[in-house]
Amino acid sequence: MGYNHRGIEKACEEKTYIQGLYLIERVCGICSHAHSTCFVQAVEEIAGLEVPRRAKYIRTIIGEMERVNSHLLWLGVAGHEIGFDTLLMYTWRDREIVMDLLALVTGNRVNYGINTIGGVRRDIEPEQIKAIVKGMDKLEERTKYYIDLARKESTMLERLSNVGKLSKEDAIRLSTVGPTGRASGVDRDTRRDDPYAAYDEIKFNVITDDHCDVYGRTLVRLKELMESYNIVRQGLKQLPEGPITVKAPRKIPAGEALGRYEAPRGEDVHYVKSNGTEMPDRVKIRAPTLANVQAVAHMLEDGYLADLPIVIAAIDPCFSCTDRMIQLKNPLTRTKKTVAWEDLRLKGIEWYAKKGVDFSRLNRKLENCLG
Amino acid sequence: MSNEEDIKQKLIEKFNYMDNAVTIKRERRIFADVAIGHFTEVFDYLVRQAGFISLCAITGMDEGNNTFAVIYHISNFGGAVFSLRTRIPRENPTVKTITGYFASADIYERELMDLLGIKVDGLNEGRRYPLPDNWPQGQYPLRKEWKREAKNA
Repeated sequence: MGYNHRGIEKACEEKTYIQGLYLIERVCGICSHAHSTCFVQAVEEIAGLEVPRRAKYIRTIIGEMERVNSHLLWLGVAGHEIGFDTLLMYTWRDREIVMDLLALVTGNRVNYGINTIGGVRRDIEPEQIKAIVKGMDKLEERTKYYIDLARKESTMLERLSNVGKLSKEDAIRLSTVGPTGRASGVDRDTRRDDPYAAYDEIKFNVITDDHCDVYGRTLVRLKELMESYNIVRQGLKQLPEGPITVKAPRKIPAGEALGRYEAPRGEDVHYVKSNGTEMPDRVKIRAPTLANVQAVAHMLEDGYLADLPIVIAAIDPCFSCTDRMIQLKNPLTRTKKTVAWEDLRLKGIEWYAKKGVDFSRLNRKLENCLG
Repeated sequence: MSNEEDIKQKLIEKFNYMDNAVTIKRERRIFADVAIGHFTEVFDYLVRQAGFISLCAITGMDEGNNTFAVIYHISNFGGAVFSLRTRIPRENPTVKTITGYFASADIYERELMDLLGIKVDGLNEGRRYPLPDNWPQGQYPLRKEWKREAKNA
């Protein structure tokens, strides 16, 4: 696995809670609100702060709009990985609607900066409510079309079905979270099981599927989009009047708490330990991808190399890496061999040459073009 | 009796040394301390009998006073998380692997090794995680005395 360890947990110990909040919002570019909410909830629990109901609703609304942003992004990436780039173009065009709405409400398309310890920093205005409802209706109509597409379009059906299998038993055994687990029939969702923000006052369905493959993961995310539109509309309709913050102390009393949040990719976990100063003693962040990434190796067993991109993409991973290296394990002799990118390329050329396909003329042409 | 209270009482009935060691912080959040010598039997009970069948995370921390704490956060299907903490001395910080219970624990245990220099008995050899391969030996960034400047010194 490729990685780029940024030392955010250590950095949090050297910053105040408010500074840490902005840093934590940048753990992920897409689930930024997920991480900041998860963190503030833990801090608020230690400090014994009663967050105003209106703030809880605003957190919920932004959280669901973030999920819409994330799932539409995923659908586009999935389309791209199976060579269906029209889907990428369509979904990313539609995604602009929700990103513009997020910018309208929070001021930013990503890293919304809406949370603060004790509530939210910006209120939602009546005109904004109208714009959001209109946007959700439009996106709902588009999503219905994508669901129809996923059920009928042979490119999607054939390319996604029976790829990246993960049985329910394995999904539980490997502690998978979010749509990855739910598409293997694991009926878990932090929003329902361990409600936070305003989720205990909102009606929604937890989507599960028993395909146990990439196709199932696609259906779960598509249907979750439909639920998100409903949650946003309900939240706006039920939005209680009142303040949006309570005053939070700079120094947080000694204590510990564990925050949980259902991010678009699954359960996000933040453990915070305070020591009575204005800086935390320890912040532990477990992003959902870390829980799911270990199931990928299992999903790839007995699969095709060509399915590798979509199987990895199907957990909606979030890491900055491109490792151009493959390790071959021979199960009979238990030996390992490393294949570099260049060797893999040559092997590909050889393989095609044996089948009578010759790239050498094309390659020479290309080299001439590049000078 | 609430669900959390029920879990707590059953645990104390089974292991009477856990009396006074279990705290229900709020609905669905249970914290407990266990001596390292008793860790395995309590952990085994929670996972195999009390229904905490998912691993959320493992938190390692330097508590000062020459003590490290390792907290195992495990959850059940009812939305509750049990955080079981055990403490180990800094001069010989060793825990046993829990990969026998959760195959996915591997990655969190490597974090303990890389970031705090805790030894994990029984963990398969593998590549380091999460620090880069060229990270200097013996530098553990989550130890309290570690400062950013130290790495380049």
